Amino acid sequence: MKLIRYTEPETFWSPFDRLVSLREEFDRLLEPTLGAFLRRGTFNDWNPALDVHEEKDQIVVIAELPGMKKEDIEISLHNGLLSISGERKEEKAVGDGQSRRQERFFGRFSRTITLPALIDAAKVTATYKDGLLTVNLPKTEEAKPKQIAVQAE
Amino acid sequence: MNQTTNSEQTQKAARIPTITPPANVRQTSEGTYVLEVEMPGVAKDKVEVAVEGSELTIVGTRTYPEVSGVALHREIRLGEFRRTFEMDAAIDTSRIKANMDNGLLRVELPLAEAVKPRRIEVQD
Repeated sequence: MKLIRYTEPETFWSPFDRLVSLREEFDRLLEPTLGAFLRRGTFNDWNPALDVHEEKDQIVVIAELPGMKKEDIEISLHNGLLSISGERKEEKAVGDGQSRRQERFFGRFSRTITLPALIDAAKVTATYKDGLLTVNLPKTEEAKPKQIAVQAE
Repeated sequence: MNQTTNSEQTQKAARIPTITPPANVRQTSEGTYVLEVEMPGVAKDKVEVAVEGSELTIVGTRTYPEVSGVALHREIRLGEFRRTFEMDAAIDTSRIKANMDNGLLRVELPLAEAVKPRRIEVQD
């Protein structure tokens, strides 16, 4: 008599899976007190999280910049390096009260990445929506993948 | 015995990573609490602010821009933003206001009129 029905290996008990979940539990335990500190590295430094994707004809960079003004974000491209910098200003209108909890960071930030392909600087576009900055960097013609057809003799 | 397997699977499916968003809380001279929660990638209609008893729960579902191809580098944690705050008993829950601006949720929690600081004029 079989007590346990056979299941596919991925849904089966795996010690690694348990370890991952243990780690998640531990992270969750630390999150309220140390979360912000662990994410930032130091207390006075703001390094917004950044993702880089490579598509067939462009590079897409996505940065987390919640609660900013579009005008306060600067993007520059120089020698194959992309820099995203800016300043987040604390709203003064509500500054009259007393702070009860301070986890957000205000001030200047700057992040620079090396671009993995040659970029056509004139065609770079950026959009800021719901606190996410998306930079689209089209590749130059030389950097695009090309198919070379084999000629028949 | 199928039960065990099924519950294992449900547990697995329910384990959407939760992100605790950073928050600021300030109390104005009027006594109103102003809560600011950072939730980048969450649109206005994808955020839920719920009051249950003395708890204020904020849940935000993020939308990631559509990308194809390969992810070369990833730092943005995907998942659901979730955080619960214990509220001051003096808060008038019927007058809580919330608005979302560029991934920043701002919740205003005013105190009930009865508990607001008041100056009483001394009469002769």
